[in-house]
Amino acid sequence: MKGTVYRIAGPVVTVIDVPTKMYDVVKVGKEGLMGEVIGIEGAKSTVQVYEDTSGIAPGEPVENTSMSLSVELGPGLLTSVYDGIQRPLPVLLEKMGDFIERGVTAPGLNREKKWEFKPTVTKGTKVAGGDIIGTVQETHIEHKIMVPPTVSGVIDEIESGSFTVTACVCKLTDGTELTLMQKWPVRKPRPVRKKLMPDTPLITGQRILDGLFPVAKGGTAAIPGPFGSGKTVTQQQLAKWSDTEVVIYIGCGERGNEMADVLNEFPELDDPKTGKPLMERTVLIANTSNMPVAAREASVYTGITIAEYFRDMGYDVSLMADSTSRWAEAMREISSRLEEMPGEEGYPAYLAARLSEFYERAGSVETLSGVNGSVTVIGAVSPPGGDFSEPVTQNTLRIVKVFWALDSKLSQRRHFPSINWLESYSLYTDALADWYNEHVSPDWPILRSDAMEILQKESELQEIVQLVGSDALPEDQQLTLEVARMIREYFLQQNAYHDVDTFCEMDKQYKLMKAIMKYSDLANTALEGGAELEDITSVKSKDDLSKVKFEKEFDEKLNTVLSAMDKEFDAIRGAV
Amino acid sequence: MKEYKTINEISGPLIFVEKTEPVGYNELVYIKLGDGTTKRGQVLDTSKDIVVVQVFEGTGGLDLQCGVRFTGETIKLPVSIDLLGRILSGSGDPLDGGPRIVPEDRLDINGAAMNPYAREPPAEFIQTGISTIDGMNTLVRGQKLPIFSGSGLPHNEIALQIARQAKVLGSEEAFAVVFAGMGITNEEAQSFMRDFERTGALERAVIFLNLADDPAVERLITPRLALTAAEYLAYEHDMHVLVVLTDMTNYAEALRQMGAAREEVPGRRGYPGYMYTDLSMIYERAGVIKGRKGSVTQFPILSMPGDDITHPIPDLSGYITEGQIVVSRELHRKGIYPPINVLPSLSRLMNSGIGEGRTREDHKAVSDQMYAGYAEGNDLRGLVAIVGKDALSERDRKLLEFADMFEDQFVRQGKDEDRSIETTLEIGWSLLAELPEAQLTRIDNEMINKYHPAHRAK
Repeated sequence: MKGTVYRIAGPVVTVIDVPTKMYDVVKVGKEGLMGEVIGIEGAKSTVQVYEDTSGIAPGEPVENTSMSLSVELGPGLLTSVYDGIQRPLPVLLEKMGDFIERGVTAPGLNREKKWEFKPTVTKGTKVAGGDIIGTVQETHIEHKIMVPPTVSGVIDEIESGSFTVTACVCKLTDGTELTLMQKWPVRKPRPVRKKLMPDTPLITGQRILDGLFPVAKGGTAAIPGPFGSGKTVTQQQLAKWSDTEVVIYIGCGERGNEMADVLNEFPELDDPKTGKPLMERTVLIANTSNMPVAAREASVYTGITIAEYFRDMGYDVSLMADSTSRWAEAMREISSRLEEMPGEEGYPAYLAARLSEFYERAGSVETLSGVNGSVTVIGAVSPPGGDFSEPVTQNTLRIVKVFWALDSKLSQRRHFPSINWLESYSLYTDALADWYNEHVSPDWPILRSDAMEILQKESELQEIVQLVGSDALPEDQQLTLEVARMIREYFLQQNAYHDVDTFCEMDKQYKLMKAIMKYSDLANTALEGGAELEDITSVKSKDDLSKVKFEKEFDEKLNTVLSAMDKEFDAIRGAV
Repeated sequence: MKEYKTINEISGPLIFVEKTEPVGYNELVYIKLGDGTTKRGQVLDTSKDIVVVQVFEGTGGLDLQCGVRFTGETIKLPVSIDLLGRILSGSGDPLDGGPRIVPEDRLDINGAAMNPYAREPPAEFIQTGISTIDGMNTLVRGQKLPIFSGSGLPHNEIALQIARQAKVLGSEEAFAVVFAGMGITNEEAQSFMRDFERTGALERAVIFLNLADDPAVERLITPRLALTAAEYLAYEHDMHVLVVLTDMTNYAEALRQMGAAREEVPGRRGYPGYMYTDLSMIYERAGVIKGRKGSVTQFPILSMPGDDITHPIPDLSGYITEGQIVVSRELHRKGIYPPINVLPSLSRLMNSGIGEGRTREDHKAVSDQMYAGYAEGNDLRGLVAIVGKDALSERDRKLLEFADMFEDQFVRQGKDEDRSIETTLEIGWSLLAELPEAQLTRIDNEMINKYHPAHRAK
């Protein structure tokens, strides 16, 4: 089906005389630039083009592929680095050098590479969409080969051996051929049997997240913050240390040098759980801010579709999107080129709907084949001027269950991660209480709420201190301030660049918090017993406690510090 | 090349041409005026019925009888190594009376996006000789680090000082400065030129000047010309290029003006919704490529309207650039040069450029500790104004003094004072030594034993 180009205005091209359906992929111009139909009016269709349109003239040919924008799903996804429409960046580098020229296509999955396929079903088995028919050892992760969701039948032939992704490995009695690879349109959620309530936390090794504001596996979280408040570092920490089997990291309209850093660093880092390079469980999608805007709009969908595919195998997947604001802006840019009626701040009126559709694709599910899997979505938001009342932040907060509020005041004083403990919240704490009870300690919820209470009290007291100075407070309140400072500096502050401190197990988090609270109890008791505040706050073990989190032999050091603390407080009591 | 005399409408910087053969998007256009002069433009929107052209030198003097020629190619900059030492106009014509550039190549000024996979993460420390930058917000090769300033502040002096002093320690590699002035006044331009000549930097520099009275729409191509020249010198001639773009605010104003002329739906404060993408096409043209010797480092300067860092121009810039250096009116009023306020300033690539083997092992710890101390000391100033110094605890008084000393000794330096990184860190330690040692929680004991003046004296 061929037509011609009618009009070009930036990434938006109008084509004429070619029948199209919404979201069909079309090839525009002599170079066959990829685009997607986003509007139809009479004989004219509006197309957003994923590449630079300079030099394209009216009258050039247009071809409709009659396919929706799809991703290729199969072995070879892991360790890949893609652009927004699943073109592998290393292949693009090979084909066109250091700069991205246009008109180059490259399949998402390597066509030549052969994979060792082991069937898990035999001839005569009845299979339906989502059923697993065999496995391929991809990295340390076993890639499960599934029947595409829309296919079902009875197996006629199935072979083990070495296959490329496009070779037939299994034939159904009705003649349908199955390959290691399947395609799925990115804008359509992959089906599941049912959605489940999340009940396990995503352990990230970040104390403020795991300890105070946990997100559940299959949950959604947003990290809004002004520039320079540490969104990207937090997202990268999550991508590095989250305890999911597969991680999808989408760099959506962000900086090239940052992506280069991720690309450089991930292959070097090891997964704390498996000891294998982190890259082996990761799919990276990099569509930097100067790459075509329409591909940026698509990148988020590409990412979540890949995430759903791994979920369907029964894996826990986490997806980081940095930043969803750039995605929303891409929508706005295209919408304004279409001369659509704008909603708030120039964003299209369908912004809220698109955001909620996207976040709704997260979830803990029972897959079509009856196993459990999950996709956790963590979206960074970059509000203009750090103002959380803007439309992207507000619409995101209406959907997500966890809010990690970044605060530039904290980052300015180099308190990292600069997540504000008073503004942030997690709606999963109750749903996850059982898990913490069982896997951490029954007194964890108490420690947690005690810590939160002290922090809350601190902020109230700070208001008074601002007026009269801290010396004017009664001694017990001064002690509260001191304990709050300890919670902030010893527990909440975490150095992402420190070899040991970058990742903190749940057990360690618990012990550290417990130690701070132990000091708090001992100090309060001593104060009531008549000891001098000066003596209580100047105990050496308290200062030593601040360095324990950096130690490799954490338990040993902590015990030394705690027994020293006991002795010091004995001495204080003795003096009274 | 066919010439059309079918201009149908002229509106602001735009002309609308009818009844053309198919014309490509973004093509370069020549418009011939009645008096024989030629103007240049670019296709913004093209269809079978009408072609919209934005005219770079302004539409003054145009009428419906002007001849329009479409060149069939996008705008290109003729490049050669002879660009060095030249002063060119905002659209690339010689301003210095010298001959036209004999091109070795002609490059598309829009450049192409660098494949993230081809990028080398920037990690080479650039010593600028300014303590607040080297010590607290370190610049590395391939970074884009803007100066956020305000009107009446000495951002130009700072930029010049950096251009003069910037070097990579222990390296003798070729470097060059590309300077693009957008909408700057004649006076500013002259003082830049004088400084370049005084220090002999001109022969290592390429200068593009779009002055305040030049057409605003020309500002849209000036930074692109400059970056094309920079990329050419960096990637074809293995040079390390420092690009100074001033003033990006004028660029953004021109962008808004064009948007309004095209009757686009405006975004925040009337700036076009695509301003983020547009700015990123400029800022992202910095970096280091694997396997190539040269690099492009950007120092854009922008004045924040009303000193407001949340204004769309600094805001969108901050989301693209790798940090920012914020010039403070308050410090300037106190008579401190360079009045860089380190608290809102940031260099995102600092951590990869500092530490053992790059600067010094204690660099990060010293910087973090000074940040913490200065932030706290600065907060206390508000308190002192209410309760007076006497109501402060001993600890707070020390911090307050620390903040004052920090501004006076660490921030303040001469316009020609080129401090080595060792000097910068030594000044840092001498200030930290004034605080009680137990308060230095950001620094390992090992470092304290090695570098703290009190320990070294022993």
